[in-house]
Amino acid sequence: MKKIVIFDRTGAFAENKDIARDIREQEIMPALNKNEEVTLDFQRVSGATQSFVHALISELLRKYGVEVLDHIFFKSCSITVQHIINIVVDYMQEGMGIETDDNAN
Amino acid sequence: MKLHLPNSAFLGNIDPFLRRFDPSAPDFLKITANENWISVHPVVLSMVAALGLTVPLENIQSEDFTAKSKHYIVRMGLFRILKIASNINVVEHEPAGRFIPVTQILTSNELSKFITEMIPLLHLKPEQAETIGYIVSELVRNVIEHAQAKNGAILCAQYYKKSNSIRIGIADTGVGIKATINRSYSAKTDLEAIQLALWPGITGTTRREGGTEQNAGAGLFFIKSIAHVNRDFFVIYSGNGLYKLLKKTSTHRLRLNADPFKDKHSKANDLPFWRGTVVGVDITLDQTREFSLLLSEIRKTYSSAVRERKKARYKKARFIP
Repeated sequence: MKKIVIFDRTGAFAENKDIARDIREQEIMPALNKNEEVTLDFQRVSGATQSFVHALISELLRKYGVEVLDHIFFKSCSITVQHIINIVVDYMQEGMGIETDDNAN
Repeated sequence: MKLHLPNSAFLGNIDPFLRRFDPSAPDFLKITANENWISVHPVVLSMVAALGLTVPLENIQSEDFTAKSKHYIVRMGLFRILKIASNINVVEHEPAGRFIPVTQILTSNELSKFITEMIPLLHLKPEQAETIGYIVSELVRNVIEHAQAKNGAILCAQYYKKSNSIRIGIADTGVGIKATINRSYSAKTDLEAIQLALWPGITGTTRREGGTEQNAGAGLFFIKSIAHVNRDFFVIYSGNGLYKLLKKTSTHRLRLNADPFKDKHSKANDLPFWRGTVVGVDITLDQTREFSLLLSEIRKTYSSAVRERKKARYKKARFIP
């Protein structure tokens, strides 16, 4: 299991997309390619922008498919961060033609 | 170019100020001002600074300000960023709790540093800081990534005690929204390009749903939504186009729209040409709704907009008699 502590890279407000890209390309994708599970630890991160989360995970969904969500864990997320992650996960799946549970109901 | 700082120019009444802007002779800038009183939104100062940075120092002509409120212009740092002398002497106080002076941001790392330093300056509560930080981050990153603006983003902000609000203005002199959007779309006018840029999921970087790995086309929609839910003004001006989200009274039911033209707004497509993009936003702090509730609404609207776009591309059955 690969654990990435977001606060150590971004501080309390995760908004720098360049950092998100570096985490994605240099840490998450190599771990996934080795069939490792990844934990993104948002402890002490009070907020994040949609742009940051998009840069962090959208390409993972596109490259590995929706199943990648079975291999990534979002740990200790504030309510705000949870909402942002859900927005990105939703619109990526909508864009890929996969309905979410919310829409199926 | 000529800009006149009027007696009053806030987002609600900014149109006459914009219409008076003279973009001719782009190598020269003449700044004049109302002789009795100047009371302007930070976006006005950001615009003056952004223009001033595009011309050689010796080609900036700023008349002697006589207005009683002229000190405000000095303290907001307009003359300092333009490196022009003013005849106004003021005792500068700590800006803490009051304003962010005119600031130039060129890089992603400068932006991250600025956001960290900005929040304590404005003395905001955590939930308010989150909203303001979000707005500044998304707007300035748009400039850094898309505007191709040599001088980056110019911004300033001010806290207004009477209305308990933060007013933010960001200006750039880059390629403008139409050029950016038309890398993937075919907007005919600046206003049409602004409309597209405000839709969730529309970005100039690709027509692909979900955007690229670095861009989703959601930033401006989020900011318009924040202003909409808080019933505040939001203005975006680029090229000849202007879109202004108007304030709503509290009796109106709040509902987010993917199409900005379905919101209560005003618009124009015949303003003097601004080479680049200007954004002004007001955030009334005592009306700031919990950010997470707003995000729930955004999630619904965003998904629905993507579904509608997808449906519009469905192939249609052809029926013949």
